[in-house]
Amino acid sequence: MTVVKLTPIQQRRLANFRKNRRGFWSLWVFLALFGLSLIAELIANDVPLVTYYKGDLYFPVVESVPEETFGGFLPTEADYRDSFIADEIEANGWMIWPPIRFSYNTTNYNLEVPSPAPPSTENWIGTDDQGRDVAARVIYGFRISVLFGLILTILSCIVGVIVGAIQGFYGGKIDLIGQRFIEVWSGLPVLYLLIILSSIVQPNFWWLLGIMLLFSWMGLVDVVRAEFLRARNFEYVKAARALGLGNRKIMFRHILPNAMVATLTFLPFILTGAITGLTSLDFLGFGLPSGSPSLGELIAQGKSNLHAPWLGISAFISLSIMLTLLVFVGEAVRDAFDPRKN
Amino acid sequence: MSQLLEIKDLSVTFDASIPAVQRLSLRINRGETVALVGESGSGKSVSALSVLRLLDERHASYPSGEIVFHGEDMLKASQKRLRQIRGRQISMIFQEPMTSLNPLHTVEKQISETLALHKGMRGPQARSRCIELLELVGIPSPEERLNSYPHQLSGGQKQRVMIAMALANEPDLLIADEPTTALDVTVQKQVLELLKDLQHKLGMAILLITHDLSIVRRYADHVVVMERGLLVEEAPTRTLFEDPQHPYTRRLLDAEPPASPSGAMVNNKALLDVDSLDVRFITRKSLLGKPKAWFQAVEKVSFSLNQGETLGIVGESGSGKTTIGHALLKLTGSTGSIRLAGEELSHLDQKAFRPWRSRIQIVFQDPFGSLSPRMSVAEIIREGLEIHAPATPEEQDRKVVQSLDDVGLDPDARHRYPHEFSGGQRQRIAIARALVLQPELIILDEPTSALDRTVQKQVITLLRDLQDKYGLSYVFISHDLSVVRALSHKLLVLKNGRVVEYGEASGIFSAPQHEYTRELLGAALFYTR
Repeated sequence: MTVVKLTPIQQRRLANFRKNRRGFWSLWVFLALFGLSLIAELIANDVPLVTYYKGDLYFPVVESVPEETFGGFLPTEADYRDSFIADEIEANGWMIWPPIRFSYNTTNYNLEVPSPAPPSTENWIGTDDQGRDVAARVIYGFRISVLFGLILTILSCIVGVIVGAIQGFYGGKIDLIGQRFIEVWSGLPVLYLLIILSSIVQPNFWWLLGIMLLFSWMGLVDVVRAEFLRARNFEYVKAARALGLGNRKIMFRHILPNAMVATLTFLPFILTGAITGLTSLDFLGFGLPSGSPSLGELIAQGKSNLHAPWLGISAFISLSIMLTLLVFVGEAVRDAFDPRKN
Repeated sequence: MSQLLEIKDLSVTFDASIPAVQRLSLRINRGETVALVGESGSGKSVSALSVLRLLDERHASYPSGEIVFHGEDMLKASQKRLRQIRGRQISMIFQEPMTSLNPLHTVEKQISETLALHKGMRGPQARSRCIELLELVGIPSPEERLNSYPHQLSGGQKQRVMIAMALANEPDLLIADEPTTALDVTVQKQVLELLKDLQHKLGMAILLITHDLSIVRRYADHVVVMERGLLVEEAPTRTLFEDPQHPYTRRLLDAEPPASPSGAMVNNKALLDVDSLDVRFITRKSLLGKPKAWFQAVEKVSFSLNQGETLGIVGESGSGKTTIGHALLKLTGSTGSIRLAGEELSHLDQKAFRPWRSRIQIVFQDPFGSLSPRMSVAEIIREGLEIHAPATPEEQDRKVVQSLDDVGLDPDARHRYPHEFSGGQRQRIAIARALVLQPELIILDEPTSALDRTVQKQVITLLRDLQDKYGLSYVFISHDLSVVRALSHKLLVLKNGRVVEYGEASGIFSAPQHEYTRELLGAALFYTR
């Protein structure tokens, strides 16, 4: 196999993408932030990265070490933040801590002021009203938002493109029925459904994803459908049919590449939509289960604790940076696929 | 004769790249028709547009030259002055009548707009002038037509309305940019005759831009030949046609296709037999899906074709000729019998028909639209092989190279993409795609109408050679009778979906039986004599 060879069109698009400096750098900054958040366990955690105790090396981040190992009494996992264990380990070896010594659900019991505590050397941007470190929660919350957004975007793209392709390609009755169904479906109130659902099951990440997916796939259908409706009468599609190609191959090989341009241009905006969707559900309290790190929940805390501005401000800044970066990337992608630019 | 317009030393560049027009000089006298001739990309339209300064001046600039009209340099004129000249002293008609009229305005509104603008004519006065103009350009019952919208007019009528608009203020100079290319031959002749007639009546000069030399021969007084932005030859029409000096002019004049088909491979084995073919498009359905109204595109068409033979199908746009081609390939539904090599095909569904597709292939009109832009030439040609003749990649590659060689393209070109090729080369690629499956019948749907005259001749020569080499049969669909004559053994003349005349091509060309065929031939061969 040879290395992926770019067609001249793709090369031109890449050059156009690079030419949009803002979008190009936004992409790199975003990828760096996302990459860092993926290894959030190594940045913000309530267990040390490496522990050396009486000649043995332990990696508490990846393994569960019982307290007994460090001279405690319990067979459960050691609490390294407990001064008894910490002193014991420090006396007989050493520990390397991550830069932030809290995980998203670690309560800081050593606060000198009632929570929410303002920023200090220990909690860089303060704690929330349950004494949990805001910095750690922002990092984990960023990760969960972006992952949620990415998975939802990819899945709704797949569904949306398939539905749009079928409607556009076959047209006629299929198209008519599909369009009417979408009109009815998009009239359903998503929020009420979620409220009803949350009284039946405890919504977790996957439940939320599934429910949002039920409604988010419709965004792309119109674009892809229009592309397919247009392209199915192109002469090269007719030529392919005259060669004996089946419907599926014609759709995949000849029409889909054209429809993908419209899809890719839309992608970053669907992603931002998915992220704000999750955030607003969390804000209203119908989102992720309580205790999970979530930017929406942080905003809600900021609202109810106006005397602790670090809550609202840090949620606001992290959300706006994330969304701004994605919008800039989206603009660059749109530029790259603009056929009028050369 | 007094001089009306003089272009001196004009150069035009776009975004500081290579000049589109270089040092062009020409002059037009009052009442004279000057033809600007050249192939696409020769800069003829750019020169014409720059007379009225209609080019987008954010990109276009004029490094040198002047355009003197009535002693005034247009290149130095203010926008206000230009607006006074445009439509009043110099008018223009464009190639595409479909898009040059505003679809939301009535005919009266479009014509009276220029009247109000330049002459301040309004109300009943403007209305009577509109009627007068429509009469002048030969539109029947002009009073009723005043309230028509463009979509209610035929192509020829739209072009007539365009001409009426251009003539509304009795201009001194009319610039006609390919005024008839989008029209059928019979309409083309009417429009050109009209222009000539009006020129006599009004004494205006015409700058006629065209790539069709037969038009030039009949209607121009003076010819200017352009090649890649340069003027290569300029002479009175008769001198130019009798004694062309420049090799490029000679090449253009030689591009007339040969007058009869080659018959090297014709034998009497019947290949295709079509009997009472019907195609109708349903336009309205009842609630239960029963068709209530339909458009009969093809009605009771029968013909047969032997091996190595070409059937020419001619007719004007909307006559159903392309529909017949699509019906043969089952790209559109039809009733009636289609027999290929003695086997009945009409009852086969798409799946059962698939193996037959390698035996019937098609080449489309538009070489820019018929090749998938995201596939390399090799992928395009190989696609059919993957379905009909699965083989090792090496074997497929060998076949691709062979077919590219057959159509006269460098086999190394197979790794490039369609957009890197010219129109003629793309049409060769399209032919190679059809050829690689070794079909017995190729349907050629206007394969040359989007090409320049010289390229057209090359493609026709190629098609003739391929027919001689492989004994192919063609169904050749075209509105251009001179091209049809060069290839067809048999001829089918269509009008409104019905066969008007069918028989040996030579017989029909020499002695047409039907009135409509005579009209068609009269309009077309008119020029070539």
